Amino acid sequence: MAQAHAPQFKNPVVKWIDSRLPIFTMLDHEYNQYPMPRNVNYLWAFGAIAGIMLVIMIATGLVLAMQYAANTHIAFESVERIMRDVNYGWLLRYVHANGASMFFIAVYIHMFRGLYYGSYKAPREILWILGVLILLAMMATAFMGYVLPWGQMSFWGATVITNLFSAFPLVGDPIVTWLWGGFSVDNPTLNRFFALHFLLPFVLLGLVVLHTAALHVSGSNNPLGIDAKGPQDTVPFNPYVTVKDGFAVVVFLIFYAAFVFFAPNYLGHPDNYIPANPLVTPAHIVPEWYFLPFYAILRAIPDKLGGVLAMFGAIAVLAALPWLDTSKVRSCKFRPIYRQFFWILAIDALVLGYAGAMPAEGVWLLVARIGTAYYFFHFLILLPLLGKLERPLPLPASICEPVLKGGGRVAAGAHAKPMEKA
Amino acid sequence: MAQTTHPPGTGGHAASGGEGASRRDFLYLATGAVGAIGVASAVWPFIDSMNPAADTLALASIDVDLAPVQEGQAITVTWRGKPVFVRHRTAKEIEEARTVNLGDLRDPAADDTRVKKPEWLIVVGICTHLGCVPLGQKPTDPRGDYDGWFCPCHGSHYDTAGRIRKGPAPANLVVPQYAFTSDTAVRLG
Amino acid sequence: MRSLKSAILSAAVALGLAGAAQASEAVHIPKQEWAHSGVFGTIDKASAQRGFQIYKEVCSTCHSAKLVPIRTLAGIGFSEDELKAIAAGYEVQAGPNDAGEMFMRPGIPADRFPSPFPNDNAARAANNGALPPDLSLIAKARVGGEDYLYAFLTGFEENPPEGVTLMPGMNYNKYFPGHQVGMPNILMPDGVTYADGTPATVQQQAHDISAFLTFIAEPHMDARKQMGVKVILFLIVLAGLMYATKRKLWSTLH
Ligand code: HEM
Ligand code: FES
Repeated sequence: MAQAHAPQFKNPVVKWIDSRLPIFTMLDHEYNQYPMPRNVNYLWAFGAIAGIMLVIMIATGLVLAMQYAANTHIAFESVERIMRDVNYGWLLRYVHANGASMFFIAVYIHMFRGLYYGSYKAPREILWILGVLILLAMMATAFMGYVLPWGQMSFWGATVITNLFSAFPLVGDPIVTWLWGGFSVDNPTLNRFFALHFLLPFVLLGLVVLHTAALHVSGSNNPLGIDAKGPQDTVPFNPYVTVKDGFAVVVFLIFYAAFVFFAPNYLGHPDNYIPANPLVTPAHIVPEWYFLPFYAILRAIPDKLGGVLAMFGAIAVLAALPWLDTSKVRSCKFRPIYRQFFWILAIDALVLGYAGAMPAEGVWLLVARIGTAYYFFHFLILLPLLGKLERPLPLPASICEPVLKGGGRVAAGAHAKPMEKA
Repeated sequence: MAQTTHPPGTGGHAASGGEGASRRDFLYLATGAVGAIGVASAVWPFIDSMNPAADTLALASIDVDLAPVQEGQAITVTWRGKPVFVRHRTAKEIEEARTVNLGDLRDPAADDTRVKKPEWLIVVGICTHLGCVPLGQKPTDPRGDYDGWFCPCHGSHYDTAGRIRKGPAPANLVVPQYAFTSDTAVRLG
Repeated sequence: MRSLKSAILSAAVALGLAGAAQASEAVHIPKQEWAHSGVFGTIDKASAQRGFQIYKEVCSTCHSAKLVPIRTLAGIGFSEDELKAIAAGYEVQAGPNDAGEMFMRPGIPADRFPSPFPNDNAARAANNGALPPDLSLIAKARVGGEDYLYAFLTGFEENPPEGVTLMPGMNYNKYFPGHQVGMPNILMPDGVTYADGTPATVQQQAHDISAFLTFIAEPHMDARKQMGVKVILFLIVLAGLMYATKRKLWSTLH
């Protein structure tokens, strides 16, 4: 990165530190001057929102961890003690429990934003793959966190998910025993899950740092999917985007607060208020909503190993996406056919999520199978072909003048409202 | 790719001046202030969650039955996670505690300010030096040069009223809050 | 494309609705009027106090509420002296004493409600093999919450419908999953005599005990909702300011 614009710091202490360790120069570069395409819409705020969620999760998790006891005899009670006796414990726990859902909402929107505007394409492949790794780390963290309160869903969720690994021939059973540290999900399992649940968010934090570092090399994508050609196409991150993202964060917090204060258990499951009982499985065990599409894929395949592979495959294809999509055009705005399929994929994901919550039989099994087939069809067959077959619309010459060069069709088809210019 | 030049007219705060600028400054200030209030109030639950919880506070007072403690004996009870020494003092011990010249004490306090009933001495059993538990509760323990307690960590001697007499500790053993609920029962806290 | 988008939206809405529908499962659980429902609702303390009387006189002969300290009841308006009296009415195990034996002492508000049975096996043995669940969290641990509790408590039927053969020792309940339940119908008209003189109909009792169970499942519910109103109002003001700032700022771009 060009050091041409080294800032002048007035504060002597800042100046002294910066000349020895240029963290302030770096911060200024990356978060103050960082040029942001001026046409980004509010979907670009979900990265910042996800970042805030991570901070909230780590902060609340830390104080919860000071009160929580990772022992099967007292884990459930220790969570109830947090709810009843610890000052503001109920608040911290509900913020943490609902925060996991909010984190996934933010990240899923963030990802679909990337899918729509082609943010995974060159030169942003590593950026995208880091994102997929973040998703995986989040899933592992959330799964292990859900085990900690040691309710019925905690216990049976842990049992079912760890048993997935038993699908692998030969190594499967030893792996499961190793994961458990015993012959069933028990105290050693709870203990290690707590240790890992504490650790993984910091791994996640590291991945997020890399993710943003990669972002700041290639620069942000934008609704037109074309590169910024010069200063006229961008605005400095601060204050323009900080204020805009800040507004979006506050709106998101309102949505979040509505759950925390008025429906704190809506996204959870009543069975998790029953202490874990290794002798009785609840009638309907369902994972947390954010795992449902993957859970549907798992159950759609009538073979144990096949199901497990398909489920992991569903995430693996995301990582391969930069090479599966052969089109050179990034934004859906200029890909009239892919645009339709994007929405079909979005519906497919919702349908899979719904099927994942239903009993795996009859019509829902069929729906899950069709949904699964379509999911892989989209990524593995449709995208490679479409890139070759589709005729994209003409791209505008630059971000500043899309309407002039791109013709009326672009403006009319523009799904995202271009930045208002009062 | 990385562009660091501002587009013309977007140079941070140096825009169009005049009335618009002052209204913007006001908005910045108001937004910043309200945001700061929000962050500050969000911090409080985190801090307060580390203060004693309701169950801890509810157990903050306990009842102790003194009936079984014979003259000359002592018991240790746990109160708020700390040892509390309850000693049924003999006449000789009471006498010793009363006849000390207050001017000789490092932390002067008359015996009657440290007990509610002369025969019962109740003190927190934590050395005021660096927090060890002094010896002297068991009949076989050393009680130091003043018949009270002796702290083995750095050699503090306490007398029969729990006052510091010798060694590095700066202050007397702390008298906890308590009240007699009957002739032979006290409530600590 | 418009239609696709609205299809997505309606799919999302349908998902939400279906999620709620799925929750109520086969039997429809009628909704009741609760003083504590809604954003501004608060626990009806008088009702919850009556509910406590039912818990004490009826439910607690079989069910525990072992996660609930007696002092929690301050939240439904019992004074400190009343709490002490309530607590002293219970015998709690303490010890070991100097002889190494456990002994019974009168309760204090810091104690939790003592359980009717020393352990789950004893509870099963005394109840025909069925384990009466702990009631501390029951209002949060059942789909339908307090509406389900009310429906269950008023849903017993003397004679099962045609074609249903009850297993020995079981009772028929319209709302219990599977309909056969080990617990008998325990709420009788005037089965309790309310201290405050409220007529003790079965409906009244079911309502009061459900309110009480809702309270002990989440003693901070009122505080939570009251804080929520403030937090959301605050956030709306902040959002307004942020938006105004953002508009003003971006308006300088040409
Ligand atoms: C990526 C960030 C994180 C995610 C997605 C996450 C997710 C979760 C989830 C889903 C639960 C179960 C909530 C419930 O139903 O009760 C949970 C519980 C818990 N988490 Fe986290 N967590 C994160 C970060 C952390 C961190 C950094 C810590 C510690 C420093 C932590 C400590 C805890 C503790 C102690 C519990 C058990 C208390 C409870 O059940 O509420 N978490 N977490
Ligand atoms: S701690 Fe007792 S003398 Fe130092």
